Amino acid sequence: MAFNHKHLIDIREYSDTDLMTILETAKAFSQVNERAIKKVPTLKGKTIVNMFNEPSTRTRSSFELAEKRLSADSLNFGGSSTSTVKGESLIDTVMTLNSYKIDMVVIRDKHAGAPYIVTQHSPVSVIDAGDGKHGHPTQALLDLYSIWERKHTFEGLKVGIVGDISHSRVCGSLIPALKIMGAEVTIIAPGTLIPPAPEVLGVDHVSYSLDDALPELDVVYMLRIQRERLEGAPFPSLREYHELYGLTRKREHLMKPDAIVCHPGPINRGVEFDSYMADHPERSVILDQVYAGICVRMAALYLLLGGADNGLAS
Amino acid sequence: MSTPTPKAVIMDEASVSRAMTRIAHEILERNEGCENLAIVGIVTRGDLLAKQLVDRIKEIEGVDIPLGSLDISFYRDDFLTHFSPEVHATHIPFDVDGKRIVLVDDILYTGRTIRCALDAIMDLGRPSRIELAVLVDRGHRELPICPDFVGKNVPSSHEENVRLYLKEVDGRTAVEIFDVAPGAHVGSAPLGGE
Amino acid sequence: MALLLKNAHIVDPSVNLDGVADVAIEGDRITAVGENLAVEGAEVIDLSGKYLVPGLVDMHVHLRDPGYEHKGDIVSETRAAAKGGMTGVCSMPNTDPVTDNGVAVEYVKSVAAAKGHCRVYPSGAITKGLKGEIISEMGDMVAHGCVAFTDDGRGIQGAGMLRRAMDYGKMFGKVFMSHCQDEDLVGEGQINEGAVSTRLGLLGWPAEGEELQIQRDIMIARLTGAKLHIQHISTARGLEMVRAAKAEGLPVTCEATPHHLFLTEDAIDETYNTSLKVNPPLRTAADAEALREGVADGTVDAIVTDHAPHADWEKSREFELAPFGMIGIEGSLALVLTNLVKTGKITYQRMVELMSIAPRRILGVEEVKIEAGSLADITVFDPEIRWTIGEDGFESRAHNCGFTGTEVCGRATDVFVGGKATLRDGVVC
Repeated sequence: MAFNHKHLIDIREYSDTDLMTILETAKAFSQVNERAIKKVPTLKGKTIVNMFNEPSTRTRSSFELAEKRLSADSLNFGGSSTSTVKGESLIDTVMTLNSYKIDMVVIRDKHAGAPYIVTQHSPVSVIDAGDGKHGHPTQALLDLYSIWERKHTFEGLKVGIVGDISHSRVCGSLIPALKIMGAEVTIIAPGTLIPPAPEVLGVDHVSYSLDDALPELDVVYMLRIQRERLEGAPFPSLREYHELYGLTRKREHLMKPDAIVCHPGPINRGVEFDSYMADHPERSVILDQVYAGICVRMAALYLLLGGADNGLAS
Repeated sequence: MSTPTPKAVIMDEASVSRAMTRIAHEILERNEGCENLAIVGIVTRGDLLAKQLVDRIKEIEGVDIPLGSLDISFYRDDFLTHFSPEVHATHIPFDVDGKRIVLVDDILYTGRTIRCALDAIMDLGRPSRIELAVLVDRGHRELPICPDFVGKNVPSSHEENVRLYLKEVDGRTAVEIFDVAPGAHVGSAPLGGE
Repeated sequence: MALLLKNAHIVDPSVNLDGVADVAIEGDRITAVGENLAVEGAEVIDLSGKYLVPGLVDMHVHLRDPGYEHKGDIVSETRAAAKGGMTGVCSMPNTDPVTDNGVAVEYVKSVAAAKGHCRVYPSGAITKGLKGEIISEMGDMVAHGCVAFTDDGRGIQGAGMLRRAMDYGKMFGKVFMSHCQDEDLVGEGQINEGAVSTRLGLLGWPAEGEELQIQRDIMIARLTGAKLHIQHISTARGLEMVRAAKAEGLPVTCEATPHHLFLTEDAIDETYNTSLKVNPPLRTAADAEALREGVADGTVDAIVTDHAPHADWEKSREFELAPFGMIGIEGSLALVLTNLVKTGKITYQRMVELMSIAPRRILGVEEVKIEAGSLADITVFDPEIRWTIGEDGFESRAHNCGFTGTEVCGRATDVFVGGKATLRDGVVC
């Protein structure tokens, strides 16, 4: 088995075997996370910079925990004091980080393509922790992991993604990843939230109606509605959105008995879900996804740092 | 790749089996029975030997000893030079706190694997004691590690590799010695042939 | 001193010339055209194997001067123009301060006259500060030499505003050059809306955002009778609208850039090359094909570059933060020769119409013909020189060229502006 990736940016560069390697490795790390001592010395002496150029609590915390549990030294670089806010360009910031003699950059940026810029100006491995509306590969991996844990296969699995597809970096990685693994993807949203060419992401079906799509789905993936981004609103009100696209107890009879419900978090109760569905003990895997996030990020850090250096060493 | 040709067969199936039986007896003797005893094998093949020891002890004492397997990938000090993306699950289905643990590996060489395994076990809890059983001790220790139970001592040089093949995964049981190119990686045979 | 340009292949459809002849120049005028000319005391330049055409004019160029001299200035960008074979350019008014009054026009003209390496025909803003609110002082600007009106860089959002400007400005007889972009529809659009924008997670700039204003501007031109020129047209349907307006007999012309003719959105990939970020954006292959068809059939009147220099540090950043625009004036002639003339898509005569005759006619500036008495604005190029764009750097202060690395064939060797050499043997002078 070979794993020869240096960066995790474009998930389309990964084969189904590569993705399964990550999931299997994440499974092994899951055991570490269940122990009293949740730490292994694997990345001792490695320095990882978490460069978060836009606010993020969950993704950053998850990366931080993953790094700490692998004994890497992590440096959080960003937030309101970012040098980009002070006018420094991304390239200058990256060159500054290089001088710290680091081993990896984990970057979150509000602009698409920022991780690629880092790869062009730094010799280290780069993980895209979300770039603009482009991609969010570790989110896609944790989603795959959570689905795999419950469904054990992807082949022929019918996954429906509901909500703001067109502005979603999650979809930019998740939909291609699901396609690589052999799943069938339906997106469900009003026309204002559907991207101009969904087929290039790998979308098989587009539906405006949650009620029509729901009976077919094995996995219902609810995207977060950005309450704060409702300027130039793509729908008239949260109330109407919830009526049309909210996953509620009322709609449960339309679902397959074993259909599961995912959400990248943070959730808006009363918008994407009612509490019944959000907290559903059998269907909701939302908290499993959060846990999976740590496991797949540990796996990605382990494989990328091992994989990249492995190539150089041999 | 085909299996390299050995220069000598050091142990055949019968001698491996005899050695394992002897080690099982020695373990019981040293520990005065099997109270609080647990066997943990290091993947790959140490775990299979550990299973043999548990079976032997069951035959001798009629008691089921807890059995575990340990993957030390995350603890290796050479992970960047000998990186393998293949991670085997660590499976320790018992609480290690207060246990007398016998750690089992196939070939003892530099001792670095055992150091990793000790770290890995310590991260799981606090055993009362850890002992080490190996099928072959080929010398050349780089760390102060000494086995408690040894199947066979095999003097070897750095230009040689000693490998165990087991029926369960390799179709035959034997310990063989090979010449290796200087600087080449010395370690277990890959599972399922090369 | 008199000049005698010998043995060049002269192409000038306006005087039905297409063959080898000599051209004699004295002062700023052509004095004779014919075979085996001899002029006593003249400097003789042998141009065997080269083409000689009425001087090329790029009617859409950002000189960045005043206000953005870190990107380029009148000296550096007219040097680039000379290198590209241009004898004249029309400068865009989105400077700082905006070229929206007589003084500003005078500045551009006088600096160009004193230090420039080609003629500069200044355009002036349609609205003050390019804000789309108040008509700029068109009369004052015309008095100082402004040749056309444009708010290039922005579309005029209000139809009523455009109507007032056209109704007022038509008395000056100058063309209104429209940058067509409906801001409400385009929003923060970065690249053509479609497959590539979806894949790269960039906001789309839909073709309709341009076409809406092309259609509207044609209607306002019909309503007011003003002359309309659609700038950097990029879509097949937009071109169809211009074709229909021409068929109707409206005074409507349009221009296309080499990047919209020869590049498509597919060139933009996961490397997010900001040199390919232009406004309007690179469109689909079908759009580019339709534009090339329009160039051949006469729907597209002029080829321009929308030469838009930016400093390296402005372009070396996140795609969404980088400014729109690419430089192109040094490669335009070569790209047209390579992709249109040498492929048989258009003739040399058509090329001269597109890059020389039509731009002067649309701008209403003095025409140039290869005949005695005409202004001696002349471009000479060697159609056989093979070179790679960007390989030897650029005369422009900027480097943001989307064609860098492209192998082309054909290059200007000599340029004369009013009889004075601005490029000799490929070297700017």
